[in-house]
Amino acid sequence: MPALKVDGLAKTFPLKKPLFGPARPGVRAVRPVSFQVETGETLGVVGESGCGKSTLARMLVGLLEPSEGTIEIAGKAQDTADPAAFGKLIQYVFQDPNSSLNPRKTIRQVMEAPLKRLHAMSGPDRDRRISEIFASVNLRDEFLGRYPHEFSGGQAQRIGIARALAADPRIIVLDEPVSALDVSVQAQVLNLLADLKSRFGLTYLFITHDLAVVEAVSDRIVVLYFGAVVEIGKAESIFANPRHPYTKLLADSAPVVGRPLTAPEQKGTELPDPLNPPPGCAFAGRCPRATDLCRVQDPDLKPMGEDQLAACHHPLEG
Amino acid sequence: MSAFLRLLFRNRLAALGAVVLAVIVILVLIIPVLPLQNPDATATANRFQKPFSAGHPLGTDHLGRDLLSRLLHGTRLSLAVGIAAAIIAATIGSAIGIVAGYFGGRTDNVIMRLVDMLMAFPYILLALAIVAALGPGLMNALIAVAAVNVPFFARNIRGITVGLAGREFIDAARLAGMGHTRIILTELLPNVLPVIVIAMSTTVGWMILETAGLSFLGLGSQPPQADLGSMLGEARSAMISHPHTSIVPGIMIFLIVMSINLLGDGVRDALDPRLRSGALSRPRATTLVRRSGDIPAPTDDLLAIRDLQTQFHVGRHIYRAVGGVSLAVRPGECLGVIGESGSGKSVTALSVMGLVASPPGVITGGAVYFRGQDLIGAPYETLRQKRGDSVAYIFQDPLSTLHPLYRIGQQLAEAIRSHHGISRAEAHRRAVQLLKDVRIPNAESRVNDYPHEMSGGMRQRVGIAMALANEPDVIIADEPTTALDVTVQAQILSLLDDLRRERGLAIVFITHDFGVVAQLCDRVAVMYAGRIVEEGPTAAVLDAPAHPYTRRLIACVPELGGGRRELAAIPGLPPMVDALPPGCAFAPRCDKAQDSCRSGEIALTGTAPRAVRCLYPEEAV
Repeated sequence: MPALKVDGLAKTFPLKKPLFGPARPGVRAVRPVSFQVETGETLGVVGESGCGKSTLARMLVGLLEPSEGTIEIAGKAQDTADPAAFGKLIQYVFQDPNSSLNPRKTIRQVMEAPLKRLHAMSGPDRDRRISEIFASVNLRDEFLGRYPHEFSGGQAQRIGIARALAADPRIIVLDEPVSALDVSVQAQVLNLLADLKSRFGLTYLFITHDLAVVEAVSDRIVVLYFGAVVEIGKAESIFANPRHPYTKLLADSAPVVGRPLTAPEQKGTELPDPLNPPPGCAFAGRCPRATDLCRVQDPDLKPMGEDQLAACHHPLEG
Repeated sequence: MSAFLRLLFRNRLAALGAVVLAVIVILVLIIPVLPLQNPDATATANRFQKPFSAGHPLGTDHLGRDLLSRLLHGTRLSLAVGIAAAIIAATIGSAIGIVAGYFGGRTDNVIMRLVDMLMAFPYILLALAIVAALGPGLMNALIAVAAVNVPFFARNIRGITVGLAGREFIDAARLAGMGHTRIILTELLPNVLPVIVIAMSTTVGWMILETAGLSFLGLGSQPPQADLGSMLGEARSAMISHPHTSIVPGIMIFLIVMSINLLGDGVRDALDPRLRSGALSRPRATTLVRRSGDIPAPTDDLLAIRDLQTQFHVGRHIYRAVGGVSLAVRPGECLGVIGESGSGKSVTALSVMGLVASPPGVITGGAVYFRGQDLIGAPYETLRQKRGDSVAYIFQDPLSTLHPLYRIGQQLAEAIRSHHGISRAEAHRRAVQLLKDVRIPNAESRVNDYPHEMSGGMRQRVGIAMALANEPDVIIADEPTTALDVTVQAQILSLLDDLRRERGLAIVFITHDFGVVAQLCDRVAVMYAGRIVEEGPTAAVLDAPAHPYTRRLIACVPELGGGRRELAAIPGLPPMVDALPPGCAFAPRCDKAQDSCRSGEIALTGTAPRAVRCLYPEEAV
C-alpha cells in the first residue's frame, strides 16, 4: 500500500468575476496530477517557479482545498475534519524557517503545541519527548527558552523539522527546506533529514528547484512544468537519460563545474500565460521537437522504458 | 522590558511627557490624603476669587467653589473616563479587526463595510447622536466616545492581521492541531498587541479631549460633578471678566493631552521594530570614511581593491564585515568572489562606490583604485559621476531595484541622461537599443512596460541593461542569478559572458555557487568571515583547492550527476564578525587546525596568481 496516493489532483484559483461579461475560467495552478509515494521512499518534486509545486504541497497537507481529484494517505482518503487526527499522518516543513516560527513564542511553546494538541501529552511526558526530538536533530535543550530571532537559518530550520517530528507523522512534506540556507549548512540539514528518515521510517515528499539537491536525496523524481507532471523517473537516471525535452532543458541548464557555459535555449523563453493557457502541450512554445500535434493535443503520461514515465508526443530516445 | 524603557527615555520629549503625566497621575491618586476642600461646597460670597488668594491657591469659580479642589477631582474623572474609553474602544475594535483580518473573504467584507458606514458619519455628530439617544451623563459620554473610536482600531488591527494571517507560522499552528480561537488568541494576539498599545497610546489624549468636548456641551458630567470639560463650560460666561476660571482647566487639558501624546509617540518609536533599528536616521550619500594607518599604493589594474576594511558600528558592537580584502580586475576579465552569507562579499562590493549605508557602515582602512584614482574618501560629486558611468552594479533582486511606478524605458533614459546631456528622444532610442542588446524580444513595445509586467528573467535583463546604460568599464554583479530559475540563469550567464567579450567589460561576479563561477569566471577569490582565504585561476582553485575551507565547501555542494549520497557537511557555523577568533577564522571548524592556527595573523601567501591563507594548506601554491 503506498504511503501517499494522489489521483487527478488539481487546483484552480478562481478569478474575481468582472463587473460586466461572463466569469473568467480561473488560474489553473495545478492541472490534474497523479502519482504515488511508497512507504519509506523519498519522492523528489522539481520544477521552476510558478510550476505549482508549493500549491501541490499545501493541498497534500490540507492547507488548501483541492478543486478536483483525491488524496489518499495510507490507503484512506484525506480527511482534514479532525485536525488532531490529520496532523499525525502528514506534516510540513516550510521553506523559510524564520517566518514559520512565531516571533513572540519561545521554542518550547512552539514545540509543545503539536504534543499538546495532537497527542494530548501531559507536562512531564512533553518535556521528555521534546528532549528526545531535540537530541535527534542535534539541538541543545537550552535553546528551548529562547525566541526564534536568536537562531541562525540552519538552527531555525532544524527547529522546524523538530516541530514536524513532534507530531510523529508517517509522511513529511518538505517544501524547499534548504533553499534559504548556505551551502555548508544545507549539507548539514540534508544529512540530518536522511538520518531521521532511516531512524524513524519516514516517507518524504521533497520539493525543490535545485536539481543537484533533489538528485542527491531522492529515490524517484517528479518533474513539474506549468502545473502538470511532465516526467517521473528514478533519481539516478532521470537527468542523465531524460525522455521529456523539458527535463533535458533543466538538466542542461544547471551550472556544473567543468561544463562550458551554454545557453541551451534561445527562443521563446517565457512561460505560458497562466490566465490564457495554450491548447496542447504547455511546453510546445519552447520545445525544439514540437509539431502541430503538440499544439493541439495535450500528451498523457506514458510509460517509457522501465520505471520512467513522460508526457510527450515526441520523447527523446532512451 | 528594560531595553524598551531605555529606548523610550532616550527620547527626551517622551521622557518629559512621562514626567508631566506621572506628576498629574500621582496628584490625582493622592487626592484623599491632600488637604482639599469639598469641590462641590458653594460659597457665593467668595465667588470669582483670584488665584493665590487666602485659602484658595487657584481662586474660586462662579459659585465660590475652590478651583484647585475642583481641578484635581475633575482631572481624575477626565483621565479615568478617557482611559476607560480607550480601553473599551481598543478591546472591541481590535477584536473586530482580528476576526475580520484572520477569516478574510466574506466575513471580512461584511464587517469592514459596517465599520466603513460607522466612519462615514461625522465624528462629533455620531457622538452627539449616541448621547442624544442614551441621554446625557458621563457614562453615556464614555460609551459614545468609545463607540466612535472603534472603527479606528478595527481598521488598524485588521491591516496588521491580514499581513500576519498569511505568514507561515499560522499554517504551522494549524498543522499542529490548533483551532481558530486558539490561533487567534495564542498566535495572532501576541503579535498585534504592540500595535494595539501603540494605537492606544496615541489616541488616549484625543479621547480625553472628546469627553471634555461632550461635557463642555453639557452632555457629559452633570452638575455639580466636576470634570475638565464641564469646568470649561461653566466658566465660559465669565471668560472675559474672570479669565482664570477658564485658564486653569484649559492648562490642565493642554498638559494632559500634550504629555500623553509625547509619551505615545515615544512608545510608538520604541516599540516599532522598523524604527528601533534606527531606520529613521537617513543614510548618508556615501559611506563614512575614517581611515587610519597607511593608504596602500595604487596599482596599474583597472579596478584594484587594496586591503579594504569596512566595519559596522552598532551600539557598542563593532562588526568587522570586511577585514582587509585585496582584489583586482583587468579589462575583459571576470573575477568571481565566492562565499557564504556573512562572509563580507557584498559589503566589499558596495564599499567600492561608497554604497554601504552609513550609519552604521564605516570604511576604516585601505583603498579602492579605479584607473589609479582612489575612490575611498573621494568627494561625493566624484563618486556620483563614477557611479553607473565607470562602475555599475547589478543586484540580486531586480524587482526591488527597479522603481515600480516608472516604465522601464523612463528609468533607463533617466540613467543615461544623468550622465550624458542628450535629448529625451535620443535617450529613449538608446534605451530601446539597450533592451535589444540584452536580447529582450519586442524591445520597442516592452520599453513601455512597468517592472511588475515582466518576468523575473526579463527584469534581470533590464537590470543588466541599466548597468550597461552608460558603458561602464567595470560591472559588479552581486548574486545576479540567485533569484532566477535554472533555465533563465543559464541565459543570463551566457549574456553576461558575451557582453564582456564583446565590450571588454571587467566583471566582478559575487555568488555562492561553484557551478556558476566555474562556467563564467577566469579567476576566483574565496571569502570567509570577511577575508580572502584563497584565490587563483578558477580551474586551479576548483580542481585542487588549497584551503581546507574551500575543499570542504566544494565537497558539501551536491553536484548534478553525482547520484544519491551522503554529503560531507562542515560542522558548526561561521564565526560572528563581531567576535572573530584570533588566528584563522576557520580553525574552530577545521579538522587540520593546530595550536599555531589559533594565534596570530596568518598571511595570504603563494606564487601569483595563486594564494592561500593557511599554515597547513592542502596543496602547496
